[in-house]
Amino acid sequence: MADNRIRVALTGNPNVGKTTLFNVITGSRQHVGNWPGVTVEKKSGLKIYKGYEIEVIDLPGTYSLTAYSLDEVVARDFIVDEKPDVVVQIVDATNIERNLYLTTQLMELGSKMIIALNMYDLAEERGDKLHVEKMEKILAMPVVRTIASDNVGISELLDTVIAEKQKENHHAREIGYGDEIESRIIEVEKVLSQDKELASRYPLRWLAVRLLDGDENILRKIAGSGIAQEIKSILSSLDIEVYEALMADKRYEIISAMFPQMCERCMTRMTTSDMIDRVMTNKYLGIPIFLALMWGAFELTFSFANPFMTIIEMIFIWLGEMAAVHIHPDWLASLVGEGIIGGVGSVFSFIPNIFILFFLLSMLEDSGYLARAAFIVDRVMYKIGLQGKSFIPMLLGFGCNVPAIMATRSIEDRMDRMATIMVVPFISCGARLPIYILFAGTFFSKNAGTVIFCIYLLGILVAVASAKLLRTTTLKGHPAPFILELPPYRVPTLKNSIRHMWDNGSMYIRKAGTIILGGSVVIWLLAALPWGVEYGSEVSFIGIIGHAIQPLLGPLGFDWKISVSLLFGFVAKEIVVASLGVLYGVGDDHFALTDSLLADPNMYSITALSLMVFSLLYMPCVAVVGIIKKETGSWKWTAFSVAYGLVVAWLLAFVVFQGGKLLY
Amino acid sequence: MVECTLNDLRPGIKARIIKVLAKGTVRRKLMDMGMVPGSEIEVVRTAPLGDPIEFRIKGYSLSMRKQEAVNIVVETIA
Repeated sequence: MADNRIRVALTGNPNVGKTTLFNVITGSRQHVGNWPGVTVEKKSGLKIYKGYEIEVIDLPGTYSLTAYSLDEVVARDFIVDEKPDVVVQIVDATNIERNLYLTTQLMELGSKMIIALNMYDLAEERGDKLHVEKMEKILAMPVVRTIASDNVGISELLDTVIAEKQKENHHAREIGYGDEIESRIIEVEKVLSQDKELASRYPLRWLAVRLLDGDENILRKIAGSGIAQEIKSILSSLDIEVYEALMADKRYEIISAMFPQMCERCMTRMTTSDMIDRVMTNKYLGIPIFLALMWGAFELTFSFANPFMTIIEMIFIWLGEMAAVHIHPDWLASLVGEGIIGGVGSVFSFIPNIFILFFLLSMLEDSGYLARAAFIVDRVMYKIGLQGKSFIPMLLGFGCNVPAIMATRSIEDRMDRMATIMVVPFISCGARLPIYILFAGTFFSKNAGTVIFCIYLLGILVAVASAKLLRTTTLKGHPAPFILELPPYRVPTLKNSIRHMWDNGSMYIRKAGTIILGGSVVIWLLAALPWGVEYGSEVSFIGIIGHAIQPLLGPLGFDWKISVSLLFGFVAKEIVVASLGVLYGVGDDHFALTDSLLADPNMYSITALSLMVFSLLYMPCVAVVGIIKKETGSWKWTAFSVAYGLVVAWLLAFVVFQGGKLLY
Repeated sequence: MVECTLNDLRPGIKARIIKVLAKGTVRRKLMDMGMVPGSEIEVVRTAPLGDPIEFRIKGYSLSMRKQEAVNIVVETIA
């Protein structure tokens, strides 16, 4: 590697301003992707500084490197396997003691390290006295003071990175674990050193420490080695749980010895935060405030976005019409107009929702309230097999399932997150409402409101029951332990929230967009082929498929027309109504459609109810499938979600229709 | 000085951790967050619905469910 290239890994606890620092350093030159093989997000960026090309890799925020979570494994594997030139740990100056725990673990990895002491202004404001030089001496690494949100200390940090990279010798401070454990470490290290390949790849002391700490990930790392058996027999003769506790103890002991020398009066209370929390998580006020904030977030995400959505939809309808007029022959005009422009349009129509959602989520998260929201509702969510952080995604689901599923990213535990993603599609989104309005309005005129309310309620019940069911089967077990930091309240910055919004919004377009577009084109092909048929008619492929699956849907009371329109519903639920209009030959005249439905001898109120239940529960739309694939990173889970939805929809619609028939 | 588990304490009470009874990953996570024997911990408040509980430990706020708090043996300090 050329001498003027430097790879820097950024690490640190959650909520210490790591993302802000990363954005300040790399500006717009960022690349967002995934870590190989996992769905953990990987961000890297490039900074040209004083003739150096500095590549910055933003590691997932973690409290520790003990491999409790996937994030921790990703972070430490990067440091030990990829060996970045310099590791920068961002430390929250107002919470040095807890942050140092990660420092003690990072030191063992043998990399050159720098501490960025972030938000030191906040610490000084409240009266802490930070002794930076002493800190450098004790930790044996440079410490740079930064205020990432105000761009303070960044060039000093980069200068230090360059200086560290050029340093020939690297002397790390070692954590001493006391005589008994030290002798074990030496024993294990000795065995490990027999494997030359292992010795050249990893710091052996670190491997030994991790093994004695009961780290199963490391056991797997050495499983292929000839010395694995010998290591296992040493470990099995020890009570690892005791060692684990002793070592954590020792780390904290060292920290509590170092800490008072680095910082005076640093144990000040988080007074402002505490005062805010006296209101925000108050026994009586907590829930009303929470509900009001959630209602506000929901309204902004959907109502505020509505006019923008309408504008985008209008633009794409106009483009489609232009295509119809100006493109020849007709089939090509239809492909471009209805297939491609329609598909792209459906991708873009979600953009206002998604952008506003991520802006608000970032505001809620950066302010510290998101953790409080989880704290407040956890009890209810835990009862149904989920956890506090599952609430916001489920709430957003009433607007649109796509942003709702994207919002599950704040759930760290993979099982909890999967369970949430799997149940969100049962929450009745806005696009399903036109179906209910048409059928409830037509067949239950007086009680339409009650019927629609019951449908929404059914969606919630199925979501809750599914969460319970998943927790006893595929995603067996209780929700992960809820051990959550409530970070101090901070004023969120507009810049960060806009950046967050932009990153996630553009990610949606790139990743989910392709699947949505592909799905739309497939449906178009089915409706337009074979050659020369009328679009979406009885003799088109979709009409033929509708006829073919009709026997399957017959027990639910559906004829072929409804079957076909449900197929169209895969593209987007609102199309169900429009395609029924086409199939009944009335276009988009709602009154004519109501009359035709009432006149249809196959349609009863019980059929309408069965249809509403089915529409509520079967796969929401191709956009949701796209986003499930993107967020789970797994076609298996995506397929499961679709299949499960169809089965549940069929069963409940069957019960409604057959049960209703018996009663009448 | 009364020995009890963390879920028994009322808001405002300070205690010292004696033992962490949790096993496996929960134990590890608790230790990572500073729940080690000897640490001082204070109960700040319970959530509006009665669970989880908010604590202050090592100068920051941490919340956990009662079922996790049951596994932490503490002694109260005056």
